[in-house]
Amino acid sequence: MSLSTKNMDAELAAKLFELMCLIRRFEEESARLYMLGKIKGFLHLYIGEEAVAAGAIPPLREDDYIVTHYRDHGHALARGLKPNAIMAELMGKETGCSGGKGGSMHLFDTEKGFMGGYAIVGGQLPIATGLALAIKQRGQDQVVACFFGDGAVNEGEFHEALNLAALWKLPVLFFLENNLYGMGTHVERSRAGGKDIFDAASAYKIPAKQINGMDLSEVRETTIDALNRVRSGDGPVFLEAICYRFRGHSMADPSAYRKSTEVDEWRDKDPLESFKQTASQQGLLSAEDVLRISDSVEKTVKEAILFGEESARPPAESLYEHVYAE
Amino acid sequence: MTEITLRDAVSKGLREALDRDDSVFLMGEDIGAYAGAYVVTKGFFDEYGPERIRDTPISESGVVGAAIGAAMGGMRPIVEIMTVNFMLLAMDQIVNHAAKLRYMSNGQITIPMVIRTVTGGGASLGATHSQMFEGWFASVPGLKVVLPSDPYDALGLLRSCISDNNPVIFSEHALLYNITGDVPDEEYTIPLGKASVKREGADVTIIAYSRMVHVALEAAGALSTKGVSVEVVDLRTLRPLDVDTIIESVKKTGRAVVVEETWKTGGFAGEIVSTIQERSFDYLDGPVLRVGGIDVPTPYSEDLEAAVMPTPERIIDAIDNGFGL
Ligand SMILES: Cc1ncc(C[n+]2csc(CCOP(=O)(O)OP(=O)(O)O)c2C)c(N)n1
Ligand SMILES: [Mg+2]
Repeated sequence: MSLSTKNMDAELAAKLFELMCLIRRFEEESARLYMLGKIKGFLHLYIGEEAVAAGAIPPLREDDYIVTHYRDHGHALARGLKPNAIMAELMGKETGCSGGKGGSMHLFDTEKGFMGGYAIVGGQLPIATGLALAIKQRGQDQVVACFFGDGAVNEGEFHEALNLAALWKLPVLFFLENNLYGMGTHVERSRAGGKDIFDAASAYKIPAKQINGMDLSEVRETTIDALNRVRSGDGPVFLEAICYRFRGHSMADPSAYRKSTEVDEWRDKDPLESFKQTASQQGLLSAEDVLRISDSVEKTVKEAILFGEESARPPAESLYEHVYAE
Repeated sequence: MTEITLRDAVSKGLREALDRDDSVFLMGEDIGAYAGAYVVTKGFFDEYGPERIRDTPISESGVVGAAIGAAMGGMRPIVEIMTVNFMLLAMDQIVNHAAKLRYMSNGQITIPMVIRTVTGGGASLGATHSQMFEGWFASVPGLKVVLPSDPYDALGLLRSCISDNNPVIFSEHALLYNITGDVPDEEYTIPLGKASVKREGADVTIIAYSRMVHVALEAAGALSTKGVSVEVVDLRTLRPLDVDTIIESVKKTGRAVVVEETWKTGGFAGEIVSTIQERSFDYLDGPVLRVGGIDVPTPYSEDLEAAVMPTPERIIDAIDNGFGL
């Protein structure tokens, strides 16, 4: 399948392709480590959805904020959180980006404006709205990018947040990752309004658009436009990226609710493969680039695992730290 | 000293904060043009404008979440939730997010936010509008829970709540807004986590908070005519809890009654009773008693509602039956 590479030069194509590869390999290795018992708890992989984070997050400004859900490794990597610190967090180590206290679903790096992974479905939407309110109260021009899934749109918090953000013209980019399922429930079985969710934004007069979440360039271009619009102070914009997770909801999910033929159909649209093909055809990515990127990603992921394994568990005293601020 | 109502004490604290710190702003349902369901923010809207006195839609979860986000973004929001009953709609934001974000982020996130709310029964509002959930919130690490019983405490505590860098719930009892008391003209604060001995005594300690402090004081007054000397401890904050003041008093008197307006079952009083027996068992001359709300949804009709509430008479009876005093 051929996609576009609008406005991309070779350098950018290589950079974004590398980011998608990094997310893919990071997630594959996380799954392996989970099976070895080195990562505990719930682990939600981003495999299949790489083009969304890699398309939407790099266009953000350094001082913008990101708020996301528990399927957050891809967003964190795209935002430039250190793979070492993310992996250490998954392994519950003190060098983790949340000090080993958050885990996979609760990654944080406020220095990078990464204001957290949120594991209560829909809970992050009002919070993103509030960050945007702070921006507005101070008269600044940052943007909050808020990621959430198709499952979240049936929570009251989704509707409350959209209404508040639109009512107060707050700088939020509401970014829906519609991967068609909330755990095992297909969006057609959870939403009376049907699978095209971006319509919901019109109830709040928020400009909205549906895009192909398997297409890196489309995600990137649309996000850039949306960010410009949000930054202009006219209020929120809503984007819906149609995408698909190739793995189960979490590592605990045997995916009994969907046919393997359906998964195969989506795997044919693999965002990494299709971008590689298109970029190669257009002379933006050479075979050597692909090899070099693959080597570099292997090295980064290996190093992250080593870093995680060699890091210490949080000390016992840390149990009581940061319950309250001074 | 100036004599003011509890309502005015809260207003004064809010005004001061708005005047001194640009990052402070208020938001809530009908706090602006309407001036607040309990008229605490009268005049604020005209004085400070719609951005700093932000009227919100009826979206408790959205609004508390927005306050959390604003606090994370460097503001110091003060949210008014019209009554504590409606805070149940914001439970996710308060318990899952506000209370946890600092810990889960390993100290990267700070949430200097005050949620002001109106609490308590006794106003014939029926079961959905007469509750007190502060004990629930007090069981959550990461939150602070404050309930003033008089104007002096209200102002001193509110100042501390607003300058605190944590999510704080500040509950004003609906029936206490019009009580008056002396408030110093010079600035003072009351630290969170410090109980106050509202009456000294030698024979029994009554531990209470919010409106029940006044009920306890009434009981203490009546008991003194019977020759029973009662000490009344006002907790003022449920979290952090001033265990030392409670224990010190109980060690002195050897007898304790915990009075709480909400349901006895699962109430915060149970927490106090456990703490007392853990920390001062050998000093006790009898069981630690509880006088709580009757375990029914609060009824509307006046006599029925009155029967639900702890009263001075019920406290006096409990002390008589439990201690023979
Ligand atoms: C409020 C709440 N209800 C239920 C859950 C359990 N749960 C976790 S993820 C999930 C599905 C969410 O699906 P979606 O929003 O589409 O995100 P996706 O996992 O597809 O990325 C559910 C039901 C939860 N974490 N929070
Ligand atoms: Mg989904």
